[in-house]
Amino acid sequence: MAADTLLSLAGISKSYAGVRALVDVSLGVEAGTVLGLIGENGAGKSTLMKILGGVVQPDAGSIVIDGVPHGAMTVASAARAGIAFVHQELTVLDNLDVAANIFLGREAVAGGPLRLVRNRAMHDLARPLLQRLGADFGPETSVSKLLIAQRQLVEIARALSVDARVIIMDEPTSSLTLQETERLLQVIADLRASGVAVIYISHRLHEVKACADRVVCLRDGRVAGGLKRDEIEHNAMIRLMIGRDLRSLYTPPLASPGGEICVVDRVVTSAFPDRHLSFTLRRGEILGMAGLVGSGRTSLARALFGVDPILSGEVRLAGQAVTMRSPRQAIEQGIYLVPEDRKGEGLVLDMKLSENISLASMQRHARLNLIDRASETATAREQQASLRIKTPGVAVHAATLSGGNQQKVVLAKWLSMAPRLIIFDEPTRGIDVGAKGEIYTLMRALADDGVGVIMISSDMEEVIGVSDRVAVMHEGRISGVLDRPDFSELNVLRLAIGQPAEHLETVS
Amino acid sequence: MARKDWGLLLLLLVVGGVTAILNPRFLSAVNLLDMANLIGLFGIFSIGVGMVIITGGIDLSVGSIFALLGVVFIDLLVNRGVPWPLAILAVVAGGVVLGGLQGLLVTKAKLQPFVVTLCGLLIYRGAARYYTTDATMGFGYSDDFDWLGWLASGRSWGIPHPFILLIIVAVVMGVLLHRSVFGRYLFAIGRNEEAARFSGIRTDAVVIGAYVISGGLAGVATICLVFYTNSVSPSSFGNFYELYAIAAAVLGGCSLRGGEGSVIGIVLGTALLQVLQNLVNILGIPSSLNFAVMGTVILLGVLADQPIVRRAIPSFRTLRPGRGTAKPVPGSVAPDRS
Repeated sequence: MAADTLLSLAGISKSYAGVRALVDVSLGVEAGTVLGLIGENGAGKSTLMKILGGVVQPDAGSIVIDGVPHGAMTVASAARAGIAFVHQELTVLDNLDVAANIFLGREAVAGGPLRLVRNRAMHDLARPLLQRLGADFGPETSVSKLLIAQRQLVEIARALSVDARVIIMDEPTSSLTLQETERLLQVIADLRASGVAVIYISHRLHEVKACADRVVCLRDGRVAGGLKRDEIEHNAMIRLMIGRDLRSLYTPPLASPGGEICVVDRVVTSAFPDRHLSFTLRRGEILGMAGLVGSGRTSLARALFGVDPILSGEVRLAGQAVTMRSPRQAIEQGIYLVPEDRKGEGLVLDMKLSENISLASMQRHARLNLIDRASETATAREQQASLRIKTPGVAVHAATLSGGNQQKVVLAKWLSMAPRLIIFDEPTRGIDVGAKGEIYTLMRALADDGVGVIMISSDMEEVIGVSDRVAVMHEGRISGVLDRPDFSELNVLRLAIGQPAEHLETVS
Repeated sequence: MARKDWGLLLLLLVVGGVTAILNPRFLSAVNLLDMANLIGLFGIFSIGVGMVIITGGIDLSVGSIFALLGVVFIDLLVNRGVPWPLAILAVVAGGVVLGGLQGLLVTKAKLQPFVVTLCGLLIYRGAARYYTTDATMGFGYSDDFDWLGWLASGRSWGIPHPFILLIIVAVVMGVLLHRSVFGRYLFAIGRNEEAARFSGIRTDAVVIGAYVISGGLAGVATICLVFYTNSVSPSSFGNFYELYAIAAAVLGGCSLRGGEGSVIGIVLGTALLQVLQNLVNILGIPSSLNFAVMGTVILLGVLADQPIVRRAIPSFRTLRPGRGTAKPVPGSVAPDRS
């Protein structure tokens, strides 16, 4: 292995603000092989790739390319070393043609002071690259006319045009159809045959199984283990991805779940117009919503909160059908959302704490449309005390608070009103452990008070530790609902990748 | 008053003081009252434009609105014999409708405010010129409108009426912006429209409201301006006035990114602009330099408000023993707003 190792990482560590994203990660990839990189959301895959691309500098460790050590990479040195990316979100510019995208920043230019771009020359250079990838479009095609799968080929062609020797593909098939995926896997096989190394990151284990020569699994920022070609099996990969003790976060509800609070009946969201989903939420329970990134959980939350339209189907709250055409309408009916993007959608960072808390219930704090600041401040103080928001006062700007306290401000906004259903989207992302526990306690108290609580989370520990039931989503559908006795990371993961749940005993 | 407003007031006093020292005539009653008249005329519509800027938008159309509503106003009074209260109502309503249309285009058609109001600027100007076949319209020699003229541009107790009107408008708008629910929503939308929407605010309605206010105040200002000049030449009436308004708002602490600004700041900004104009005249500076002086002062004012400069200013204090370390300037800890 050592002889033709093209790229190796040794002892890479990286922390963000005290949170360890990567701890002592070492891995290598040889020329002409495909390395599958797997791991749950937040396991550290993206950070590792950012380090390889020179976007982020590691705190410790070294990167060796062709036997040349690189302490820290820059974006330029990564490109020079032959590392290229095909991103999850495509980075092609759709106002340019294919060749211009492939040679962006490295345009063929004529001599002279004007450095005019030689379009014809670029087209000629791009044509063989596209042929090699079996592309059915020419270099002069405008990217705006291409399908997503074709745009991805443009990205791969760009990688080939710099003689990339390591191509990193991050969830490349997340928006491809089945046939397009098949063709991409064929392209990967061809790349491998021509001596290129590929690092293939995917949640879709059958694709990893189909193309990888070796698999490395990250878990909690560490290498959890590796698999050789003949060991790559679904269950083996899942075992690697799980394999950690779960702390018990669970507080049982005061009373056993009662009647239905909220029924979602064959609802179709705009993100998945050809799928419908149904589930029920019972009084007193916390319903966890698990699934991979992009499985439709956030689309569901946005639809229930009136941000995106519900195309068909019905939502019933306490037995009555409700319509939410705007967040305003949802709020009027007591449906609140604690959004995933706290800073973008949850808070106005440059406004005071008290102003954030009262923003959704302004009319209650106003007489003749003039704001009653005393009442506003009193409500904010009340919420600050009951949620234990750590702040020098309610007049400071929300931007100055820590993530956990900011999240409490978002919550305070809703708790100062009359919630009937609160949807938490990734409620503890980027929040320290102490504040996490407090937020779980709050959710439990809400559920005990008869408020419907839906918790969308990608944090397995949280999903299993906090929920009373877990609904798992897969590609826009509810692929299964688990009761507490059936809770296991294995079952959640299996449902999340579209396989049926099974009993824990069958896997040792 | 916020820190910014005090800074602006200080700047205004310093510029005024220096001018007065160089030419005491600056402080003569005649000169001060002339300035007050102009501050009134320009301040009324600058406050409206400021409301739009606080939502993160821009209104380039007000100068042309003056021309269009101006010719319509004179036509209604002089040629069509419409009673003056109706004519005034029609002009203000016209401003409200034009502002409302622009607001609809910005929110419902999701067009960029710059483009919408730039098109407004071109269309209204063209319409005004076509309406009169480019001829100047005036009240002629009739004295039927003397009373109305006195109301719109006369003086009481020596104080020009536009200035009194500005005070009234400023108080009303100040309460609306800084004390009312609508004002709170304007700031919230200017800072983070998405979060405002996620808090159940009808963001479109609030933004349209800002454009309606801008159009409506432009209508009010039209009446004062018409009697100030006594005639309307549709190709030049109100030319560039939208830029005076934007300059006053920016000088007064409005950020073109939205979410910042105050009515008192906009009034002070208008006052400073008029003082600068006056200073060019009274100090015998070639009047061709008028715009250059204005531009320079705005640039310096905005520059002084930049975080990088603001942070440098308190650091001088730390050099003096016994003052302790400089406290972070409020706002300088603001997070990245990419």
